[in-house]
Amino acid sequence: MLSIIFLIPFLAAVAIIFGAPARLTARIAAMTTLLIGLYAAFTWQCECWASSLSVLITPSIDLAFGFLNGTSAIMVALSVIVTAAAVFTGKAPEGREKLYYSSSLFIAAGAIGAFISTNLYFFYAFHELALIPTFLMIGLLGRGSRKEIAWKITIYLGVGSLILLAGLVWLAKESGTYNMIAMLDGTRQIDPAAQKPIAALLIIGFGTLVSLFPFHSWAAPAYASAPAPTAMLHAGVLKKFGLYGLLQLAVPLLPIGMNAWLTPLLVLLLGNILWVGFVTINQKRLDAMLGNSSVMHMGYIFLAIAALIASNAAGKVNTYAIPAASVLMFAHGISIALLFGLADRIERCTGSLDFADLGGLAKPAPTLAFLFGLGGMASLGLPGLANFSGEIMVFLSSFEGRNAADPLTPVQITTILSLWGVVLSAVYVLRAFRKIFQGPTVSMTVNATDIPLMDKLPALLLAAALLIVGIYPNILVQLLK
Amino acid sequence: MPAYYLEALTVTLGIFLLVAEAFIPSKSKTWVGLVAIVGLIGVLALTLRAIGPDDAAEGKEWANYALWNLYKYDATARFYKIIALVSAIFVLILAIDYRSVLSKFSGDHGKEEGTGEYYSLIVIATSAMMWMASAKNLAFLFVSLELLTVTFYILVAYMKRNVGSLEAGVKYLILGALSTGFLVYGIAWIYGATGTLDFAQITLAANFEGTPGTPLLFGVALVIIALGFKIGAAPMHFWIPDVYQGAPTPTTAFLSVGSKAAGFMALITFLAPFSHSPYAGKISSVLVILACATLIIGNFGAIPQNNFKRLLAYSSIANAGFILLAIAANRDGADGLSSAKIAAFYLASYLIMTMAAFFILNIIRVQSGSDNIDALDGLSKRNPILAVAATIIMASLAGVPLTVGFVGKFFVFQAALASHQWIPVIIAAIAASAGFYYYFKILRAIWWNTPNHKSPIPFDTSSIFSFALTFLTVAILVFGVWQQPLFNLLKNVR
Repeated sequence: MLSIIFLIPFLAAVAIIFGAPARLTARIAAMTTLLIGLYAAFTWQCECWASSLSVLITPSIDLAFGFLNGTSAIMVALSVIVTAAAVFTGKAPEGREKLYYSSSLFIAAGAIGAFISTNLYFFYAFHELALIPTFLMIGLLGRGSRKEIAWKITIYLGVGSLILLAGLVWLAKESGTYNMIAMLDGTRQIDPAAQKPIAALLIIGFGTLVSLFPFHSWAAPAYASAPAPTAMLHAGVLKKFGLYGLLQLAVPLLPIGMNAWLTPLLVLLLGNILWVGFVTINQKRLDAMLGNSSVMHMGYIFLAIAALIASNAAGKVNTYAIPAASVLMFAHGISIALLFGLADRIERCTGSLDFADLGGLAKPAPTLAFLFGLGGMASLGLPGLANFSGEIMVFLSSFEGRNAADPLTPVQITTILSLWGVVLSAVYVLRAFRKIFQGPTVSMTVNATDIPLMDKLPALLLAAALLIVGIYPNILVQLLK
Repeated sequence: MPAYYLEALTVTLGIFLLVAEAFIPSKSKTWVGLVAIVGLIGVLALTLRAIGPDDAAEGKEWANYALWNLYKYDATARFYKIIALVSAIFVLILAIDYRSVLSKFSGDHGKEEGTGEYYSLIVIATSAMMWMASAKNLAFLFVSLELLTVTFYILVAYMKRNVGSLEAGVKYLILGALSTGFLVYGIAWIYGATGTLDFAQITLAANFEGTPGTPLLFGVALVIIALGFKIGAAPMHFWIPDVYQGAPTPTTAFLSVGSKAAGFMALITFLAPFSHSPYAGKISSVLVILACATLIIGNFGAIPQNNFKRLLAYSSIANAGFILLAIAANRDGADGLSSAKIAAFYLASYLIMTMAAFFILNIIRVQSGSDNIDALDGLSKRNPILAVAATIIMASLAGVPLTVGFVGKFFVFQAALASHQWIPVIIAAIAASAGFYYYFKILRAIWWNTPNHKSPIPFDTSSIFSFALTFLTVAILVFGVWQQPLFNLLKNVR
């Protein structure tokens, strides 16, 4: 049954290639997917969603869809919300509507397909579906030196995926099945000697896809260059695939292997938070700043994963880590999609994203300023918005069960250091807001118009998601029970 | 029906076409190609019904013929016969589409009269590949391989008024002769060491303690070198780019798909006797080195290419590397995937996508007169459906999941990892990511670039041609998701 939320965007994209009206088809498909996807996510425990179709008997490979656990449901909710927002955002260039909308739908279908796959083979395969549309969209419709960037992202993600493939094939060989539900049922032990190399392959492979420091250098330029829907879908949804894979496969299946790499992982995630945080502060353009900030925020989700690894190794139960990672993935996906969508709007009404060209935009465009402020506040972790609920749980997860007399563990030290990242985010978000929206209007912004209704809709959808989860995070956390 | 009729029918069809073409006066020779296609489809249908001596009804005299000491008919033989026939059918369709270029450089004053023999030569080469698939004996293997090679000498140099084609012909002739020399010499050493040419007897001899090991291994090495020429394994690959580029496109497609599959089939048959012998480890390490060298040279050599045909030549070397890696893994199939099965599956997937790529190449060669990648510039605007098909084909060659090209690579990775060949796996992963770069170069030309002429040709596609291309493109996607039909054909392949 669940296959329907993959099939709707996928078939709509195919229909667009063969001549269906591009914008209308894409929007109808995305809205339908949104409704069915949200319904499915909130009723994920129902047996009715799982389905399986054998494509190969020996070795056994099934085209199997279903929810692994609540995290899958949260990721599905994220994917369908961002997909719906993405196809309503931005404007396709003249004569390129087909490519624009079908690519967006292909990326969305790939992401949704990966999150609902319960077979390792298709879990990997669906994610790769997005590679070609991303390549074409950035190369054709991107900003700046788009061709170079398109090559860079393709090569980077291609290499990362192949390393990941080697790790996943090895993992499947050690556990003897491609069925992820069977893998995770707790009856299988992966050979401890094999765990360490497999974990290394998965950390590098998944890490490249999530822009883990130092494999992150593709992400910021790619998001800065990509057309709005591509940036929203890629930064908001597709990138979460790597974290999702680590959380669902690597952490439960490779406890020994992951723990062996815990210290390097902590160093790398601090690289994400602090190093990239400083890089972000230094950006002179809004698109580059958003691209870097999205790389930076991955560090917090890695921190939750690291806390989980440490607790697993110590044999303790960590009640916060999985909710923290899941809610923060959701919150980050929604907030970055909102900001990329609004950045596109700013560029279309002023013609620039360079901070030096902008100023005082709040006067002609108050609604735009309000929505952008909301997205920005969310991403710096203001209480009442979704990211705060995620981040606070991340910090709680690393200190859970600590006695006052215990010495600090590496994870806790990392957490204390990474708190500085919150300060860094506040600096760049507030500075960007001041430079773009406050002060006197300048020549580029004086004739700007406010955000029209059709562009407001997707932004409102995303803002509503941020507020609801921020005020009542239990709406997501209860799914994980 | 006894299986040996299949080759007899095919070669008869070839000779019949040769004679008929000479005696029936007609301006257009397209009918020769069409008759050949229909004939081969008939043989293909019969292949599914043919039986070997084990399945013969009681008391059939033919089941006891001495021929069966040389000739076998099992699942493997049947599979490779199907590969040969299917690739020949697509090559004939390509040849019909290519006839304008072929007649320009082969006949007098650009008339089609000189093109008739081309079709019949393809049919005769097909029969050679089918015989090879049934070889039980080194001598039989050698004779059928020579029939194939000699036919290809003509097919490569067919455009006698084109310098490139002649040059390719000379190169292929010299290197073909060299590889034949290696093959005969190697067979002689093996015969000297074991006293037999029969594969079943060689299996026994290889496991027998009294067999002299060094001469036997020397013979095996010589045969691997000879077959390395046929499959394009580095460092025996250097003839491939030049010959592929110079030869008529249908010949190139046939060399790249049919001849390569036959070469791999010969290699697998030849190595099977040694897979459980004391020499297995040594042979496997030689193959691993060959595979790694081939992967590196094929993939990295392809990166700077600007000529689509040359790019496909390097791509064929690169794919040979992956298949060699599967063979080197020497899996016996306890997990359901033996090395022979993976290689056979890979070759089938390679047939589908490479043949489709040659269809795209053919259309730009015939209609724009150029083999270069820039002839594809702006294809997305000139013929959007062809552009989408080309995108799927290139994605499959690059190994993007949900296409058949990924499935083959996936199984190769699996087999190599199962044999604990870490370094080759890393090399293969790097090589495959280089593949992303050069196959995506085609996508760049199609989607990003603008047409480089003021009035670009829209690229028409004739009906039989579109049908074949659509068929192949759909097959790429269907088998990319649902592999069971191909595996049913491979059920008893060992």
